[in-house]
Amino acid sequence: MSALVFKSVTARRDDRTILDGIDVVFAAGRLTAVIGPNGAAKSTLLDVAAGLLKPVSGTVSLGEYPLSAIGRKALARRRAYLPQRASVEWPISVERVVALGLTPSLPAFGDLPETMRPAIEDALAACDLGGLRLRQATSLSGGERARVLLARAIVGDPELLIVDEPTADLDPRHAIDAARRLRARADAGRTVIMAIHDLDLAMRFADEVVAMRDGRLLASGSVAEVMTETLLGTLYDVTVRIRRDDDGAMIRFID
Amino acid sequence: MTDATNRWLVPLLVALLFASGAMSLLAGTVWLRAGEAIGALISDRPTVAALIITDIRLPRVVLGVMIGGILGLTGACLQGLLRNPLAEPGLLGVSAGASFGAVIAIYFGFAASFTLASPLFGLAGGFATAGIAILLSRGGGTLSLILAGSALSSIASAGVILALNLAPNPYAAYEIMTWLMGSLVDRSWDHVQLIAPFIILSGGLLFLTRRSLDALALGEAQAESLGINVGRTRLIALLGTALGVGAATAVAGIIGFVGLVAPHLVRPLVSHQPGRILAPAALAGSILVTLADIATRTLVLGGMPLNLGVFISMIGAPFFLWLVLHVRKRTP
Repeated sequence: MSALVFKSVTARRDDRTILDGIDVVFAAGRLTAVIGPNGAAKSTLLDVAAGLLKPVSGTVSLGEYPLSAIGRKALARRRAYLPQRASVEWPISVERVVALGLTPSLPAFGDLPETMRPAIEDALAACDLGGLRLRQATSLSGGERARVLLARAIVGDPELLIVDEPTADLDPRHAIDAARRLRARADAGRTVIMAIHDLDLAMRFADEVVAMRDGRLLASGSVAEVMTETLLGTLYDVTVRIRRDDDGAMIRFID
Repeated sequence: MTDATNRWLVPLLVALLFASGAMSLLAGTVWLRAGEAIGALISDRPTVAALIITDIRLPRVVLGVMIGGILGLTGACLQGLLRNPLAEPGLLGVSAGASFGAVIAIYFGFAASFTLASPLFGLAGGFATAGIAILLSRGGGTLSLILAGSALSSIASAGVILALNLAPNPYAAYEIMTWLMGSLVDRSWDHVQLIAPFIILSGGLLFLTRRSLDALALGEAQAESLGINVGRTRLIALLGTALGVGAATAVAGIIGFVGLVAPHLVRPLVSHQPGRILAPAALAGSILVTLADIATRTLVLGGMPLNLGVFISMIGAPFFLWLVLHVRKRTP
């Protein structure tokens, strides 16, 4: 399995420099949380990591090769990307939505090959969707939709999984489940990157943390190294207290 | 819906299309019996029935099938591409541009001296509008394309109205009006030959977008991450639309609502999958136009025959209203 390596990456959108000289390594078998205030360029970092936005300078490589040298289809087979507030726009069935995750592996003509069925079944089972498989994806609740789209992302067993805000709009139960599923992907040896605002969840489930501010890398390293009161305080411009008890750690923001 | 309906849907629609096509050969001012028609088709003797079938009705049926099919297919493709159930082939200004071209041919009298003048001018008009729309929207996204298309559509319609306003004589105005109403009357094998290559090419291009349309159900960002080149898909769909709708409008005038309605008729039968809907939508479009063409030949209101475009609008517009209300109910 392969790590994703950023080497002095600069990216622009509409002639504005959004990411500025980023050097960072997302290790294989690790769940990396990307944190930072609004407008810190977390989503842009993820777009560049997914190969959807080409950097103006620097390279991003997956394993031995730079993303730009891996073909569009080949890259789509190796990495999955789930944008923020993703949705499904036609009332197609849950099963079909999950099957769409296999689009890059489909033959040029014809229907879904029978050999791909087991992968869909596995993804449905992993995201606890057995009972919903025939439901229309537009009629799902927020938590159910998040599960379906995660199943869509992992159905091809991508070595690199990139998820933007997987827990936004989810209640605590669903948010914890979502984080746990990403954790499981990392434990299975995949490279998993998530942008996340919920720092308690990040602290509890992530291995590594990348802290972004104003398009620059403020810090990166293990959770213990990065999620300190001083660093988080600088990152978010508020006073931060981390309380630890038997249930784990809790982050308090004090104005 | 089950896989069984999916498997039977296309053969069933093909059978329906053949049935309506056969009916269309028999129906008209002169009603033919099935025996007469088959005899006329297989024998070499030039009987009246044979002439009616091979020179008048058959080209008309073939044109109706091609035009209806391409309108249904374009509608399905654009609705999938824009992920909007209200998208239709006229959206890009192609049909307005094609009618403006044809109206120019009629207005300046080219059509009177040369039968294929209006379809040729129509083709040129349709391609020109589509080309400008694509150029104007280059670099922008889907929304700028729709806006460019509707602006061009308005300009072309203004040109048509201007031609009506300045018509040199009442006959020219009458001819323009009739043409605008959409019709398959007096179309011949020449018309079939003229548009067949465009229709076939357009159909091929539109079918190429099948996989991309499925992935686009997840939105552009997710489709792009699944290896779909969304920009290229958009371009292919536009080229296909320009060729197909330009050609269809060039020979038959504006036939609205088929492209809007046909995909909706079959969508629930393919479990709403935007890629799988293409072939059934094309067949549904063909059937609609063939049936409507039969109706225009057999229904006579107040001594005047109905025009194809008018008849389809009379049925299509109420459907459109129902659709708007239905969509409003589903989206908060």
